[in-house]
Amino acid sequence: MTTLVLGLVLGGTYALLALGLTLQYGIARIMNLAYGEFTLLAAFVLVFLFQSAGLSPLLAIILIAPAGYLAGWLLHTLMMRPLVQRAHGKPGKLEVDSILATFGLLFVLQGVMLVLFGANFTSISYLDQGVNVFGVSVALNRLIAFAICLVAGLGLVVLLAKTRWGLILRAVALSPGSAPLVGIDVNKVSRQGFALGTALASIGGASVAMYQTFSANDGVVFTMKALIIVIMGGVGNVAGALAAGFALGLVETFVSTTFDPGLTLAATFTIFLAVLIWRPQGLFGRRS
Amino acid sequence: MIRLAIPVLGLIILAGLPMFVSEYELGLMIGMATYVALASAWALFSGHTHYISLATVAFYGTGAYTVAVLNESLPYPAVILCAGLIGAAMALLVGLSTLRLSGIYFVIFTFGLAELVRQLITWYEVTITGTLGRYIFLDLTAQDIYWQMLALCAIAIGLTAWINRTRLGLALRAIGDDEIVAAHSGIHLARTKLIAFTISATLITLVGAVASPRWVYVEPLIVFNPTVSFLTVIMALLGGANRLWGPLVGAIPLFLLFEWLSVNFPDTYPIFLGLMFIGVVFVLPNGVLAGLDDLRAWLGRRGK
Repeated sequence: MTTLVLGLVLGGTYALLALGLTLQYGIARIMNLAYGEFTLLAAFVLVFLFQSAGLSPLLAIILIAPAGYLAGWLLHTLMMRPLVQRAHGKPGKLEVDSILATFGLLFVLQGVMLVLFGANFTSISYLDQGVNVFGVSVALNRLIAFAICLVAGLGLVVLLAKTRWGLILRAVALSPGSAPLVGIDVNKVSRQGFALGTALASIGGASVAMYQTFSANDGVVFTMKALIIVIMGGVGNVAGALAAGFALGLVETFVSTTFDPGLTLAATFTIFLAVLIWRPQGLFGRRS
Repeated sequence: MIRLAIPVLGLIILAGLPMFVSEYELGLMIGMATYVALASAWALFSGHTHYISLATVAFYGTGAYTVAVLNESLPYPAVILCAGLIGAAMALLVGLSTLRLSGIYFVIFTFGLAELVRQLITWYEVTITGTLGRYIFLDLTAQDIYWQMLALCAIAIGLTAWINRTRLGLALRAIGDDEIVAAHSGIHLARTKLIAFTISATLITLVGAVASPRWVYVEPLIVFNPTVSFLTVIMALLGGANRLWGPLVGAIPLFLLFEWLSVNFPDTYPIFLGLMFIGVVFVLPNGVLAGLDDLRAWLGRRGK
């Protein structure tokens, strides 16, 4: 039972992170290897605001999310747009270029964080009294983080499924070649999708900072987990990403409580391997 | 004939250089040779196919760690052989599970592989053997390491040159141009990619094994440093990953720059390197050598 509750809480954060990444890859067609660095950056900013300005993490998230959107917007305009134009609609070329460019970006952001915040493990204590959930004592900060992820994630799912704006985003994800035929500005929508992805990454990062210890070197692990969840759920599949995120959270908590916390990444990779061999189109994806 | 004579002559001169240089300069030359070998071996697979492998340090570190584990129980040549075999087995495992699918899965897998191997070794050492960190005591001088590394450079570049002339090289280029066309012209995609990736990864593992005695003390955090993967890719790209001499042209200046930066700006050099990397992707996507060719063609057109 403990595993179940803690796993679901962790899975909520993972699901949100994967959601952002699947938006970036599904809509903007950019494989962002620096994704985890944005997550960490948001986490550090939250800690910084909390420790130096005494700002409540809940308030800080309200500031961090739009900042993440803005950062993603700028990044797409300044860095990704030229690559998209250079690729002349060849997806393979854009894929290689964006992987390389964001790989470089990963080291820039990591370097900046190491200089600004150091290489030490960082954490804050905020609302860490236990709350009883189905007989399991869970820290309040975890529950709040879970609620934030749930609200942000489900809110986005509803927006994508029900609104006209969501329809446009889905149209670009499904067929970027035909979207202009019905009057959609693909460049603008890609930029929105990319920025939205960064905003989700920063919300995810900020909620991680509320309950977990982290260091400037953890970005790769966050990116890796988000990527694996996206593949498990099927690329561009929002509901799949949510479900796979919870699944990964559960498996990880199970492995770290029953075996060893040092083996969680190995468990993640084992799942990844199994998915690749058994269902490369994703657990919830359809065979194309 | 002359195309063969110049590299052989160069190799002989390079092999003789340790007689005339200081200990510090020899260290620099070992570093340069290491990165020339790494970048050339990386480009052997990734250069033509455009399958970006981000796992250089996973293999490099595995090679180094194999030596650290086995150096007291086996003779040196057997240790090197073991390292090569382990590297090849790891490459086969990664390749078999990802290279049948689209390139993105390969990139993702290699992206996390170094971290995975590092965490697994750390976990194993802490919980099973109870120690973290090992010593390498081998009776090898810096010159021995230099010569071995030089030999690996020669093998990596020679093998690339040879593969470029064979059907395998042609198949790799076809896959890089258009995978669907390549499949329709009868190329066995997965097998071709797997062979090239295994050769490349085995060479990288050997580089790690040969370089390891320089450390003396080895622990997972030291040998699985992601900067190695990063430097290898940027070096190969700067010179031109699909050119035979491209990785060498990129590796030597970047290694010296890296040395200078890490001495003078120990805290901020990752930022400089990252910015340079982005710069290379934007300004010279096909490398310096291709850029020079373009410049020559442009000057030729202007001259007319």
